[in-house]
Amino acid sequence: MSILVYTENWDGKFKKLSFELVSYAAAIAKEMGSTVTALSVGNVADDELNKLGNYGAAKILTVNDDRFSTLDNRALAKAVVAAAQNETAKIVIFANNNLGKAIAPRVSVVLQAGLVGGVMALPVTFDPFVVKKKVFTGKAFANVKFDTDVKVITLAQNSYDLVETENNATIEAFNPDIADSVFATSVSETNKVTGQVLLSDAEIVISGGRGMKSGDNWGGLEELADLLNAGMACSRPVSDEGWRPHSEHVGQTGKIIAPNIYFAFGISGAIQHLGGVSSSKIIVAINKDAEAPIFETADYGIIGDVNKVIPQLIEGVKEM
Amino acid sequence: MKILVLISNVPDTTTKIRFTGDNTSFDDAGVQWIINPWDELALTRAMELKEAGGVDTITVANVGEKSTEPTLRKALAVGADDAIRIDAPAKDAFFVAAQLAEVAKGYDLILAGIEASDYNGNAVGGMLAEILDFNSVSAVSGINIEGDSFKVNREIDGGSQVLTISGPLVAIVQKGIAKEPRIPAMRGIMMARKKPLVVAPPVDAHEKTQFVNFELPPPKAACKMVDEENAKEIITLLHEEAKVL
Ligand SMILES: Cc1cc2nc3c(=O)[nH]c(=O)nc-3n(C[C@H](O)[C@H](O)[C@H](O)COP(=O)(O)OP(=O)(O)OC[C@H]3O[C@@H](n4cnc5c(N)ncnc54)[C@H](O)[C@@H]3O)c2cc1C
Repeated sequence: MSILVYTENWDGKFKKLSFELVSYAAAIAKEMGSTVTALSVGNVADDELNKLGNYGAAKILTVNDDRFSTLDNRALAKAVVAAAQNETAKIVIFANNNLGKAIAPRVSVVLQAGLVGGVMALPVTFDPFVVKKKVFTGKAFANVKFDTDVKVITLAQNSYDLVETENNATIEAFNPDIADSVFATSVSETNKVTGQVLLSDAEIVISGGRGMKSGDNWGGLEELADLLNAGMACSRPVSDEGWRPHSEHVGQTGKIIAPNIYFAFGISGAIQHLGGVSSSKIIVAINKDAEAPIFETADYGIIGDVNKVIPQLIEGVKEM
Repeated sequence: MKILVLISNVPDTTTKIRFTGDNTSFDDAGVQWIINPWDELALTRAMELKEAGGVDTITVANVGEKSTEPTLRKALAVGADDAIRIDAPAKDAFFVAAQLAEVAKGYDLILAGIEASDYNGNAVGGMLAEILDFNSVSAVSGINIEGDSFKVNREIDGGSQVLTISGPLVAIVQKGIAKEPRIPAMRGIMMARKKPLVVAPPVDAHEKTQFVNFELPPPKAACKMVDEENAKEIITLLHEEAKVL
């Protein structure tokens, strides 16, 4: 019996979130007297694979098969199921990101497992197995109980810190034996965001709303983001207007993020916007309207004009 | 080509959330119900595809009790041709997917929203695809029909892709799939009354998870204000007080 973790790499390098998932799984394994197996799909060198061991993976299964590079959901789910069966996994853990959301539901059906998505922390209790997640787009939390022997979880981003341990990992090649006919996805174009901090990975996020007035006014925010190594975000009207790309839209109908600091410039703080950012550790709001609802959620605020405040913040960061 | 759009009936996004029964169930007193925002976009895209030709019918389906019918009628008013309501409370994602699987065979394209704005499950579409052994693509931000296949834009973690995939397909859609959700016109509302809304009995299926109870977030401490002239002070506070910089 083990806990299986689906890890993700980017051009052969693991993302931090994979180490978070392994750390999280290791904490559960300890409580349950179990061990962690990490599954890696793609071409990853042994010394990189071995890093998963630093966070508590006892075994690392590596599937080095180019056919999976199209992220075909049906085929990937079958591969994870094969690994889970091979390891008699009682818990299968994914990140609650695009790929995790795509595959976990399929896997849960085959394993006859319950699925809870967006889990925020270690289980509340182990017997019964109860986990906590956000509901109503962050307006409330729910404790959810599994009724199944096998459980599938997707872990919300930034909800578990890395914990390093002694590395005793073994690496094994794994062949899930999936027929060619299963692979139905043919990718003709891939655009990777390069040269900037990914919004989902960013520990600091700089976000602008309609109060920025036009798409041409983002220079200051970009400079601030550069200085702070921050990701860029915006409110929905801003992306609807085409001032910023859709990939930056956060909120109920956009991305849901949980950075350490979220800076909201000229954002009123509509409930649908807050749904995407309310899990941020610290929210800083800059708005000229003292009555703006964003101040009810923010930790720090400035009632003022973004055009006056942004240059001062840039100066402040430079002086740090 | 036949399209099925899955419709979840959710509280209006501005609803103040409260619970009853010692925090064990959602208090729906006075709540306005709407089509889940992503499902609304999915339906809008289905309409656009139909108007472009090549789509024969659009069906909408929901698992829910009679109280969800106004939401299905709204989907008919937006332009769906017919509706199916599977007469059971939506217990958990697996239960809902198992019900939908009974009516979803025979469609070439099934559109599901990436999550429901109430319990934020993001699971029904993927589960349905697995039960039916259909192809699926998630985080879909664009879709077009190309013969028997589909050309799909999807968001991946850290980028986006264009891909081709054969049907029958479950496309789990998100932002970008359609620009603005369509609002029913008067004529649509009139016509919707006469469109078929079939009520189907549920099949035997067991939920695999249960809500134990709910919690509201603790009240937030007051926002600490800094003067506009002194904006730099924020950086110092983040560094020295909040220790996040
Ligand atoms: C179903 C549904 C889903 C939605 N999903 C989302 C979502 O995912 N994300 C999202 O963001 N929205 C979403 N919305 C829209 C949301 O309701 C708000 O309309 C939107 O968030 C407002 O964006 P904003 O704060 O940028 O603009 P506004 O509400 O127009 O606010 C602009 C703010 O800027 C301030 N301001 C103006 N000039 C200045 C200045 N010079 N200096 C400082 N401050 C200034 C104003 O005081 C004001 O508070 C959704 C709505 C619905 C109905």
